[in-house]
Amino acid sequence: MAKVFIIAEHRDGRLKKSTFELIGAASAAGNETHAVLLGEGVAGLANELAHYGAQHVHVIENPGLKFYSTEAYTKAVTEVLKANNPEIVLASHTPTGRDFMPRVAARLGVGLASDCTQLKFEGSNLNVRRPVYAGKAMVEVEFLGSGPRLATVRPNALGAPKADTSKTAAVKNVTVELGSLKTKVLEIVKGSSARPDVTEASVVVSGGRSLKSADGFKMLEELADVLGAAVGASRAAVDAGFRPHGDQVGQTGKVVSPSLYIACGISGAIQHLAGMRTSKVIVAINTDPEAPIFQVADYGIVGDLFAVVPALKEELKKVKEH
Amino acid sequence: MNIYVCVKQVPDTETKIKLNADASGIDPAGIKWVLSPFDEIAVEEALRLKEKNAGSTVAVVSAGPSRVVEAIRTALAMGADTGIHVDLPENADTFMAAKAIAGALKKESKVDVIFTGKEAIDDGAAQVSQLIAESMEIPCVTVAVAIEYGAGTAKVKREIEGGAFEIVETTLPAVIAGQKGLNEPRYATLPNIMKAKKKEVKALKAADVGVSASDQKIRFKGYQLPPPKQAGKKIAGDAATQAKELVRLLHEEAKVV
Repeated sequence: MAKVFIIAEHRDGRLKKSTFELIGAASAAGNETHAVLLGEGVAGLANELAHYGAQHVHVIENPGLKFYSTEAYTKAVTEVLKANNPEIVLASHTPTGRDFMPRVAARLGVGLASDCTQLKFEGSNLNVRRPVYAGKAMVEVEFLGSGPRLATVRPNALGAPKADTSKTAAVKNVTVELGSLKTKVLEIVKGSSARPDVTEASVVVSGGRSLKSADGFKMLEELADVLGAAVGASRAAVDAGFRPHGDQVGQTGKVVSPSLYIACGISGAIQHLAGMRTSKVIVAINTDPEAPIFQVADYGIVGDLFAVVPALKEELKKVKEH
Repeated sequence: MNIYVCVKQVPDTETKIKLNADASGIDPAGIKWVLSPFDEIAVEEALRLKEKNAGSTVAVVSAGPSRVVEAIRTALAMGADTGIHVDLPENADTFMAAKAIAGALKKESKVDVIFTGKEAIDDGAAQVSQLIAESMEIPCVTVAVAIEYGAGTAKVKREIEGGAFEIVETTLPAVIAGQKGLNEPRYATLPNIMKAKKKEVKALKAADVGVSASDQKIRFKGYQLPPPKQAGKKIAGDAATQAKELVRLLHEEAKVV
């Protein structure tokens, strides 16, 4: 058993599923599970952290934490950790977690295992495995020296636990002095949709150059809307200007691991496969029966995506309505 | 301005990864080593900033075994002026690499800005940019897609999540980690490749920058290749039949919808 601290993440007033995954895993392994909740007006979220297994919630309310900033998060998280001496610290390998956790590790003078996909709690030690070369190989990360074990965990890698609304946690309010900061968030430019980030979504619908144009992706967006999915794209589609760079899935884009990945008109270059092969279920729709994507697909449809995708959308609607 | 770029040499994305005999690492035979793609973006950004500011210089820093000098030469061929190579063992981790690079930068007379790639495509840790900044006690802005320079400051548009962006103002010097979309890296021309061979690359040892074995905090071991995937099911019929059968399988068999 270890004292495990989990840095909770929230967006638009809601806790992230990836945070529940971490709390669920730590608590299921019998650890003393703490969550750290930072922000402004977030104290109300503490109960939900308890439902997934957090026994203690450390709430840091500060106007300086209203928006995420590397400096403020690093400072606040480091202080809480130093005051509590946990043996293990976990955060999600999200745009936020991957940004501040290295700085926290540096301030604690310890190592950080990034983007882990397997966790095993062994007493006060943490045994982790992670993909390298974008999933072309897996390694175990050995922590050298003493001090807390820090890891960021890939969203969707552990599986979502069930909530138990009868559970409660001891909530502690913590005050942190943020002091003067060298960086300032001036503005948040909202994305054009409310869709989840491609790295965090449970379902990703991805398209290649055979969508023919940016307009061609509308069909995939409609399919994604039925599934509550994120939209991804191959490098070819991004380079052709059909989608923004942030949507690119692959070794030179983003590595994703959803429960369901639907590849539409993507042939499956090595660097693309590397970015999505850890998805639990892979569907490929392609006109070319020899396309490499079919080698990793659980379900393959050889056919014209312009006919299959609209039909798929209608069929999914029927299932979703039941 | 004194502009610095930190780069890493990585296996090309088309490289098939094989393990060495005792699975303690990858088999170096047959690997095509390249400058990490996000670092090309960092080099390009440095060159563009230099071109806008007469009298500026761009120095490229890399830490690793002697082969990484090739990556420094690639950046020099794109147009960087000088290189710094810190000799580190093959298995150095992010912490050792960052301490070595920061140590080399601290030896320089003046550092105005440091560019990096948002992550290297081999271990994809996305740690070194932030760790260099911590070691130098300066800010770090990651995943930058646009930069506007002011007097001693920079306004950086950085990608956050779900297609959203954040505009961050930072003081300089700072580490700025580039993401795709920041620019389109140039190709090295043949005359520039020739010229790059003659440019100075300073050689430093780990001890010169205060790095010792205890600066390594993690180690990769027990390498495995992913298990081969079993052949999936091909679904036959016309589009309507295929769609119906796929949804049935996803719902009843895979239970993901």
